[in-house]
Amino acid sequence: MDATPQPMIVIKNLTKHFGRVKAVDGVSLTVEAGKVMVIIGPSGSGKSTVLRCINHLEVPTGGEIWVDGIKLTHNRKDINAIRAEVGMVFQQFNLFPHLTALENITLAQRTVRKRSEADARRIALQQLERVGIPEKADVYPGQLSGGQQQRVAIARALAMNPKIMLFDEPTSALDPEMIKEVLDVMQDLARSGMTMVVVTHEMGFAKNAADEVVFMDHGVIVERCAPDEFFDNPREARTRQFLSQILR
Amino acid sequence: MASEPAHATPAPGTSQAQVLGRLSRLPWWLILMLLAGVFLTYQIVNDDLYSFIFGKLRQGILTTVLVTVVAYLFAVLLGLIGGLGRVSKNPVLYNLATLYVQIIRGVPILVQIFYFAFVLVPALVGLLNWVGGLVDPQGALATFSNQDVPMIVRVVVALAFAYGGFEAETFRAGIESIGKGQMEAARSLGMSYVQAMRYVILPQAIRRILPPLGNDFVSMLKDSSLVSVLGVRDITQEARLYMAASFIYPPTLNMLAFLYLSMTLILSLAVKWIETRMGRYGH
Repeated sequence: MDATPQPMIVIKNLTKHFGRVKAVDGVSLTVEAGKVMVIIGPSGSGKSTVLRCINHLEVPTGGEIWVDGIKLTHNRKDINAIRAEVGMVFQQFNLFPHLTALENITLAQRTVRKRSEADARRIALQQLERVGIPEKADVYPGQLSGGQQQRVAIARALAMNPKIMLFDEPTSALDPEMIKEVLDVMQDLARSGMTMVVVTHEMGFAKNAADEVVFMDHGVIVERCAPDEFFDNPREARTRQFLSQILR
Repeated sequence: MASEPAHATPAPGTSQAQVLGRLSRLPWWLILMLLAGVFLTYQIVNDDLYSFIFGKLRQGILTTVLVTVVAYLFAVLLGLIGGLGRVSKNPVLYNLATLYVQIIRGVPILVQIFYFAFVLVPALVGLLNWVGGLVDPQGALATFSNQDVPMIVRVVVALAFAYGGFEAETFRAGIESIGKGQMEAARSLGMSYVQAMRYVILPQAIRRILPPLGNDFVSMLKDSSLVSVLGVRDITQEARLYMAASFIYPPTLNMLAFLYLSMTLILSLAVKWIETRMGRYGH
């Protein structure tokens, strides 16, 4: 092992334009292996777009992205290979409604990782255990609560043994009483040493689990620092204004 | 008797309005259709003329069913391919599929059948012979003629292409009705576009388009009567032949309509049964 570990994600001068709107306007970031980065900011600040560029769900307008040392290009094989290493959890869960929880978790293992049915099933059950709902294996998403669905979605991503997990506002679509069960799973994951990039409005999670907090506004990074510093002693006026609005 | 008050013998808790309400909710259309069916069945059994006509038309039932089923299966296949082309980001596939759909939707099916039978098939035969002539200048291969392509084949293919254009739009609508997040979730797990379509999008889309697909199956049964214009002996053609020879119109057409109606009714019920079985997720 090197004394200075190779960064898991490197983003250089990323831009993404939607028509005339500059959603991301020159963002550079580095995420070290095993670290948790939390991106916060008002809606429309471009934070989700940055996240979606990392696994190429959005094609960047400009700039460069390296994931685990591989540069993201338009090469489709590379993109599929990188996506298999990068788990993603969505705001709307996006479980496959025609498959049971277990089948949701085994599908990509079988088709992408080419695991045997028995292996995929064993791993799926392990992951369901890990997120605390092994008894829901044979239930369809429509019969699960929002929090349970999101935990299945996390298990589905983890079953691929990803090197990185991306979370795009994972608790924003949940009823308040279900937020904690999802955050608990994410905290455990952070403690286990997973490299994570989390876009969220949950300041508690940022304080407790983040190694670094990035504050974005209007497509650029306003401030980037450790969580203690960010919440107790923000440098930028825009950050202070944002925090005063959400922390009451 | 008519002057007797309607509520002369009221059942407890029943008023005239309630009785009328209940009567008006009965499916009278179904009762009338069943009565007509019973009447015609009775005629077939007891009336010599009707039983003779039934015997004539019966010879075409197999052709009608065969044309319907085969043309429909190919139409769904063409529709699936066309629908995938319509949602494709590949400009060649998209434009080919759109051209197909637009042509099909803009030309009457009857004209399409004529066009296929008398323009495209001869052109294809000519092309085959030309290619055969190139490969083997002695002309041993260039021996196809238009008669080698039976009318029933031409008409089945024509119907399949005609309906395929509509099914393509049905498939497109079904695929587009599945939220963008499903494709993103599948792709973010590393699945290819084809895998995502096959395992995630299409299984959901097909469940959603079962009702229109089923309706089109029933429509295909009715439109299979168009094969009679090429002399293919389905039940419509059998009826036309009999009428041309005998000038006996009403019983023949009664029988023809009755046969179609019974077949479409049976088919509709079957389609409904399949929909309720496949339309839900598991449980």
